Amino acid sequence: MSKKMLVLGEVRDGELRNVSFETIAAAKKISGGGEVVAVLIGEQVQSLGEEMIHYGADRVVTVEHPHLKHYTPDGFGQAFMAVYEDESPEGIVFGHTAMGKDLSPKVASKLGAGLISDVTKIEGEGDDAEFVRPIYSGKAFEKVEIKEGLLFISIRPNNIEPLAHDASRSGDVASKSVEITNLRSIIKDVVRKSTEGVDLSEAKVIVAGGRGVKGPEGFEPLKELANLLGGAVGASRGACDADYCDYSLQIGQTGKVVTPDLYIAAGISGAIQHVAGMSNSKVIVAINKDPEANIFKIADYGIVGDLFEILPIMIEEVKKIKVN
Amino acid sequence: MNIYALVKRTFDTEEKISISNGAIAEDGAEFIINPYDEYAVEEAIQLRDEHGGEVTVLSIGNEDSEKQLRTALAMGADKAVLINIEDDIDDIDEYTSAKVIADYLKDKKADLILAGNVAIDGGSGQVGPRVAELLGINYVTTITKLTVDGTNVTVVRDVEGDSETIETSLPLLVTAQQGLNEPRYPSLPGIMKAKKKPLEEVEFDDLDLEEDDVEAKTETKEVFLPPAKSAGRVLEGEPADQAAELVKLLHSEAKVI
Ligand SMILES: Cc1cc2nc3c(=O)[nH]c(=O)nc-3n(C[C@H](O)[C@H](O)[C@H](O)COP(=O)(O)OP(=O)(O)OC[C@H]3O[C@@H](n4cnc5c(N)ncnc54)[C@H](O)[C@@H]3O)c2cc1C
Ligand SMILES: Cc1cc2nc3c(=O)[nH]c(=O)nc-3n(C[C@H](O)[C@H](O)[C@H](O)COP(=O)(O)OP(=O)(O)OC[C@H]3O[C@@H](n4cnc5c(N)ncnc54)[C@H](O)[C@@H]3O)c2cc1C
Repeated sequence: MSKKMLVLGEVRDGELRNVSFETIAAAKKISGGGEVVAVLIGEQVQSLGEEMIHYGADRVVTVEHPHLKHYTPDGFGQAFMAVYEDESPEGIVFGHTAMGKDLSPKVASKLGAGLISDVTKIEGEGDDAEFVRPIYSGKAFEKVEIKEGLLFISIRPNNIEPLAHDASRSGDVASKSVEITNLRSIIKDVVRKSTEGVDLSEAKVIVAGGRGVKGPEGFEPLKELANLLGGAVGASRGACDADYCDYSLQIGQTGKVVTPDLYIAAGISGAIQHVAGMSNSKVIVAINKDPEANIFKIADYGIVGDLFEILPIMIEEVKKIKVN
Repeated sequence: MNIYALVKRTFDTEEKISISNGAIAEDGAEFIINPYDEYAVEEAIQLRDEHGGEVTVLSIGNEDSEKQLRTALAMGADKAVLINIEDDIDDIDEYTSAKVIADYLKDKKADLILAGNVAIDGGSGQVGPRVAELLGINYVTTITKLTVDGTNVTVVRDVEGDSETIETSLPLLVTAQQGLNEPRYPSLPGIMKAKKKPLEEVEFDDLDLEEDDVEAKTETKEVFLPPAKSAGRVLEGEPADQAAELVKLLHSEAKVI
């Protein structure tokens, strides 16, 4: 039986994050042919609606309001619930991002609904859909279903392939006006530490450094390699705590959870809290002096050696490939 | 201040994990206070020391969870509550847990509730915000700093590496992120004192809930380990040759560059 689905797109710096398109693909799969309606919430988001259609949404509803400039659970909760009530969907998909993690349990609780968080894979559709999610810091997985009622999930970024972009698709982009009142949290200040360039949680290639990089300068060869590969630089908490780089680069349970096609860990020992944030990566490369380092246990390719010796050669080799 | 900290007994995921009878094998495994809940407990104790009041630690679990609650008492919490619903409720999901915690807290007039931002075993991160919503109070997740002045609260929140400064007020629920503080180790006198501190046991019948109110909305059909990876390939030879070979493999075998 087909299901009508609602997805929440996510806007950052005036642009849609990739996970928005992934929620559409996830919803399509669950819907079994039902309608997929995308919701965009923010101060100014109307112009982004069309892109959601191009990625497969059937319709878009936007909610714009000056109080929605920054995410707050009250503001975005009110906006989302207003659309929910108009649409009465049978399923909802959020991204399992900072925003989705914060908002989805509130919405689920308001609706008295179940919620399956951090889904990496969807099997089957409609009432038979089953959802795979990592548990125990990524050391195991569970397959979960919603027993009855609303099919509400949040998806881990970079795990569910978006549908192909199709600029010929068209659909209605409606705007809904909602009164946003009584916000209990006031955002006073936002310090943006995240570096420019590729968004770490969406990067296809990540070159990550740990305490083994020895200092801030030690990150230079990692940056060079990441740039060459069109990827982003990440780090372990060890490197962040030692002040070699900013915490915004941190990958792991406390930091960003990433699923790139290629993860290169240089001078990272592979503590479980780090591995929890990257073990789903498609191909993992470990470069470490210590042959006993844990990171080798999850690596597809490993080099036992000095990262300062290995990385420069890799950079040269990649340049050669690029030239050909 | 009347402060509650939510504490979950979790499997120590640093341990090796195996599956027996369709579930994670718990025999002989190490259990700990969920690390993010340790930050919650530590912050609760520091706030009480600064502003006065009382810290209650609360856990849904069974008699085994007494150990983690005693540890929190030894750190400095004043009393503990163990909600043991195992005999009455078969399946517990995040919906159930939140309903039960919120029902217990509904008439306790908590000024501040602290939880972990995520449990390292279940990993949903749902329980904190769900409890706040059920109680009708505001919440802020993944916090790294908390300052209370009367009923005004200033919080710094970690948002994927960015930090947001938020002003809000009590009553409030917050979830702790690493970096909030350095949890203390229980001292020997602390451990001795903890043995005499009150630990109240609450059963399902003590709550204002019917079984239907808490019936899990989700069901785990299967638990499995990741497919065994074919042993990673550790390259050999001179460093220069290894690096060159690696790039070649990534290009032509793994096809990721
Ligand atoms: C509640 C909690 C949450 C946490 N969350 C996170 C998290 O989100 N992310 C995270 O990363 N950590 C997290 N941690 C910390 C984690 O436990 C580890 O301490 C941390 O990941 C270690 O960082 P590291 O691998 O860089 O350092 P180390 O463990 O010190 O490893 C450095 C490695 O570099 C190698 N090395 C040294 N020199 C070279 C060289 N020249 N060439 C090649 N290799 C070299 C060494 O052999 C060693 O293996 C958390 C901890 C706790 C308690
Ligand atoms: C006695 C017991 C029986 C269970 N039986 C089942 C079962 O039959 N089937 C099944 O699928 N799962 C079962 N679970 C697991 C349960 O569904 C989840 O552990 C629970 O819903 C919390 O979800 P989470 O682990 O994702 O926590 P998160 O939402 O990630 O936790 C976030 C924070 O909420 C607080 N919190 C979470 N859980 C508790 C708790 N128990 N007590 C106090 N504070 C808490 C902590 O502060 C924690 O840091 C059981 C758990 C318990 C304790």
